[in-house]
Amino acid sequence: MTEKNDNVQGEEVAEEKQRGLALPSSINSALIFLILAGLIIVFTALEGRSFLDVGNFLSIAVDASELLLMAVGLTFVIITAGIDLSVGSVLVLSSVVAAKTMVALSGTPAEVQSYQFPNQSVGIPVGIAAGLLVGLVAGVINGLLVTKLKLQPFIVTLGTLGIALGAAQILSGGTNVPYVPTAIQSQIGTRQLFGFLPVPVLITLVVVIIAVLSLSYTRFGRYTYAIGSNVEAARRVGINVDRHLLKVYALSGFLAGLAGIVDLARFNTASVGAHDSDNLAAISAVVIGGTSLFGGLGTIVGSVVGTFIPAVLRNGFVQQGVQPFWQQVAIGIVLILAVFVDQRRRSAEERM
Amino acid sequence: MGNSSSSSVETGGGAEPVLVARGINKSFGAVRVLCNVNFEVRPGEIVALIGDNGAGKSTLINILTGVLHPDSGEIIFEGERVRFSSPHEARERGIETVYQDLAVAPQLDAVANIFLGREYRRSGVMGRLGFLDHGRMSRETDEQLEDLSVKIKDVRKPLSTFSGGQRQGVAVARAVMWASKVVIMDEPTAALGVAQVGMVLDLIRKVRQTGIPVVFISHNMPHVFEVADRISVLHLGEVITELDPKKATTEDAVAAMTGSLRTNGEVA
Repeated sequence: MTEKNDNVQGEEVAEEKQRGLALPSSINSALIFLILAGLIIVFTALEGRSFLDVGNFLSIAVDASELLLMAVGLTFVIITAGIDLSVGSVLVLSSVVAAKTMVALSGTPAEVQSYQFPNQSVGIPVGIAAGLLVGLVAGVINGLLVTKLKLQPFIVTLGTLGIALGAAQILSGGTNVPYVPTAIQSQIGTRQLFGFLPVPVLITLVVVIIAVLSLSYTRFGRYTYAIGSNVEAARRVGINVDRHLLKVYALSGFLAGLAGIVDLARFNTASVGAHDSDNLAAISAVVIGGTSLFGGLGTIVGSVVGTFIPAVLRNGFVQQGVQPFWQQVAIGIVLILAVFVDQRRRSAEERM
Repeated sequence: MGNSSSSSVETGGGAEPVLVARGINKSFGAVRVLCNVNFEVRPGEIVALIGDNGAGKSTLINILTGVLHPDSGEIIFEGERVRFSSPHEARERGIETVYQDLAVAPQLDAVANIFLGREYRRSGVMGRLGFLDHGRMSRETDEQLEDLSVKIKDVRKPLSTFSGGQRQGVAVARAVMWASKVVIMDEPTAALGVAQVGMVLDLIRKVRQTGIPVVFISHNMPHVFEVADRISVLHLGEVITELDPKKATTEDAVAAMTGSLRTNGEVA
């Protein structure tokens, strides 16, 4: 490629140089990797080797798995310049529906209340399917409202956030769902494959790998970026923008549903009150990871790093005996920094 | 007056026109936007379509490319009466449009932009899963940009890192790559600096060399006179005159655009 540049006009070379001073598009993800690496180094220095050991890392990963599943879906949504505020509520609704289904199908009320689940081999898979379906349907509804009624994604998903959470509370009577078959916890939630790999981490890893491949190497990923970068250009070349957005919101809902199943499996109950700020935590992770709220820009790997920064901070603070509330303060600062860098880059581009 | 222009045009090259609009009328509500407009495009020519804001240029282009449908009149494409149901259909038939507002996706690279909506997929199972053939698209992009002398340092870098002229170069390269019959450029120089304008005008000439005609919409007279073989002037929804840029002057064109000159191509 270099020999072709020899005859680039002098003026254009000058322009290139001038632009070189502007923030290159990769600075955000590089910065964010440095921050994560810095945190790990600092905590390792303070804590000794134990911070880096596999067990501690995997426990951080298990803690981060649900958020990461939602962050993956949100990465697609935010790259299209959309937003999905409903993920935490959809998680709760999915896990409540899955739990209720499992309880209803696994045995008679008397049996399940004495923790006997004669039918759990039917109840658990059907419950999982029901939970995933709820997530998918919620995502499709978000997508239809955004594309067919042409409503702002922010408002649509703020509405469905309330609807999903309300529905979950109606179904559960506002309390955690009890008598969930314990096998889901022992077989999925706390199970470790090959003696070390927790199943929630494996599920998340598979989702992350598929998402990375899909976003970088497939037409689906290409259209996701194109729509966020310039929706009019995408329409003009014949991309079915509405259909694509519908798929993206459906994906986000489905992954929130999957996170709900993971949550149910980890805690053996559908918790209604524990996910009020999951949506904001997942959005922060995506934005910290370098995905632009303006659309068109972002990576799954960035979102993984963006999810791990708060998780590592929380874990490190706990080990150091620092009040974990400091983690929220630190994350707030990182988030503002990330958005600032993104904005600077945007305005540098627009000035050209 | 407007309808007489089509007969006077036929003094030009002998080749059959590729695209003809005949007797086009279009109103939006009570506003008559196009009034019995005749317009044609022949192989290998650059025909400029000029007119003041509101003269109906964009409406005419939208009708030619299937975005809008005329109230009456006909579009003849390659000798056959057509009615494009959508811009997509017009593109599939070989009519590509470069829009004035740099219709590229700035966060995508040149390869992605040129192949947007027409991606090559890999063969076999991977292709069916939607995996893209990046290598083939990169190679063809390199070739296409080289043919057109569009200088892009790295076709895999986002277009946002390039100048407006280079971005417009990619937009034109995309149109030329897929246009087999006609390229329509709607104000392609409007957002550009002087050096970049030169580049885009060169590009337009290169397209003509390939035999594909270019419809060049502009209200910048120097740009029009620099490249056009023929100038159609729209004024208040009518093609009021056709000018030969070798004979007419910028003043004639401006007079025609403002309606103070009405001839049938006979400019004194």
